[in-house]
Amino acid sequence: MAKTSEVLLSPIFKDNPIALQVLGICSALAVTSKLYPTLIMCVALTATITLSNFFISLIRNIVPSNIRIIVQMTIISSLVIIVDQLLKAYDYETSKTLSVFVGLIITNCIVMGRAEAYAMQNGPYMSMVDGFGNGLGYSIILIIVGSIRELIGSGQLLGVQILPLVSEGGWYVSNNFFLLPPSSFLIIGLFIWFLRSWKTEQVEPAEFKMSKNAPKEIKIDHA
Amino acid sequence: MQNKDSIKNTLIIGIGLCLVCAAVISTIAVGLKELQKNNAILDQQKKIVAAADLKGFYGSTEVAFDSIEEKIIDIEEGLITKDSTEKYDLSKELRDPSRHIVLSSIEDIATIKKRENFSKIFLEYREGQLNTVILPVRGYGLWGILYGYLAISSDLNTIVGLEFYEHKETPGLGAEVDNPKWKALWRGKKIYDENGEILIKVVKGKVDNSSDMSTYEVDGLSGATLTSNGVSNLLAYWLSDSGFKKFLNNLKQENING
Repeated sequence: MAKTSEVLLSPIFKDNPIALQVLGICSALAVTSKLYPTLIMCVALTATITLSNFFISLIRNIVPSNIRIIVQMTIISSLVIIVDQLLKAYDYETSKTLSVFVGLIITNCIVMGRAEAYAMQNGPYMSMVDGFGNGLGYSIILIIVGSIRELIGSGQLLGVQILPLVSEGGWYVSNNFFLLPPSSFLIIGLFIWFLRSWKTEQVEPAEFKMSKNAPKEIKIDHA
Repeated sequence: MQNKDSIKNTLIIGIGLCLVCAAVISTIAVGLKELQKNNAILDQQKKIVAAADLKGFYGSTEVAFDSIEEKIIDIEEGLITKDSTEKYDLSKELRDPSRHIVLSSIEDIATIKKRENFSKIFLEYREGQLNTVILPVRGYGLWGILYGYLAISSDLNTIVGLEFYEHKETPGLGAEVDNPKWKALWRGKKIYDENGEILIKVVKGKVDNSSDMSTYEVDGLSGATLTSNGVSNLLAYWLSDSGFKKFLNNLKQENING
């Protein structure tokens, strides 16, 4: 099935939810200072979006269109609460680090966006594939951002010291800027730049054209 | 379906969906409650045992925690009460106006607003001798209140360890209060000088080891001055007369007499 693989793989680079659709930036900034919580967040979001797409698609034909957004929200938030509860029961440490951000998956635009744009029009199986693909697309960016931030910010990957820090007798001076959320903007921006120079069809037509600078006035020499 | 958008159908779908979701969530929440509660309790025990550095001596967290005595103390009097520790819950104490005092802004150096009248503390005895006292401490950092345990050895002036079990500090900066290397710096630091003055604090930058004060000082967390100050403030509060100083003094008297 060529279509399945396309639905699954296109959100990764061709139609990436963060890089092209520019959705879900908030959590991409907030949870990526260390790689491990980032990975848990990716799993949590992918599970939520896959299942929410499945359930929403399942009932898409009987949902009255005037309450469809509320119905989607109810399903998504129920799934998020379940994910949060499971995390608290089986990975307490990480659930403390992620704290409020698991709950905020509810407001992650990717989940709602895919429910509204895909699951409301397509069958349950394809919707699941689409949800999973978008989850992967989100995850790949988060993992890249998380790895770069943890490596530059604290010289570690998954808590293992890779670059020995000066403060612990090594040579690497950690860059605290990468531990703060704004650094993700930089990394995501560079990633989008890279992606669009590789896949040039993603470059949007310019909304306006820069006009040339006005020609310099010729100075008259009074002397 | 042509009646999909009718009022009847809207109500049926709306209510039906809510019921299904509510049922699923409650089942899962109730099913996992025991596990979550155990996690929270275990997490606390782990921090208490880690603060007092007991795991090495007793072998495991569970055995170590079982050998610790829990006591409720009256902070104002500085005495151990006979109250049961079972049902003690700090958040309840802080809701009941008769069981806490509201701090004035001058007293409130740790920015905690309210201080409970009764506190749950932990005592560890070895061969009948008091070995470690573990006190719950809290105070404001940069983003919120840090909750932790301070363990003091039997001379009631030497710190064994400081562990935070809940805080909202910035990962990589203020959250380095959880860094084992930083926590190790607390071991052996002194709290009071000969006159009972509280000298322990987190300094900005590195401690100058040649100075007389170095035994009272801990390196600051780089890039997290406000968190470091918060830690200094919370210790200054909880080790003062308004905090546990009276209790520590009483304990010291008892140790000398008995």
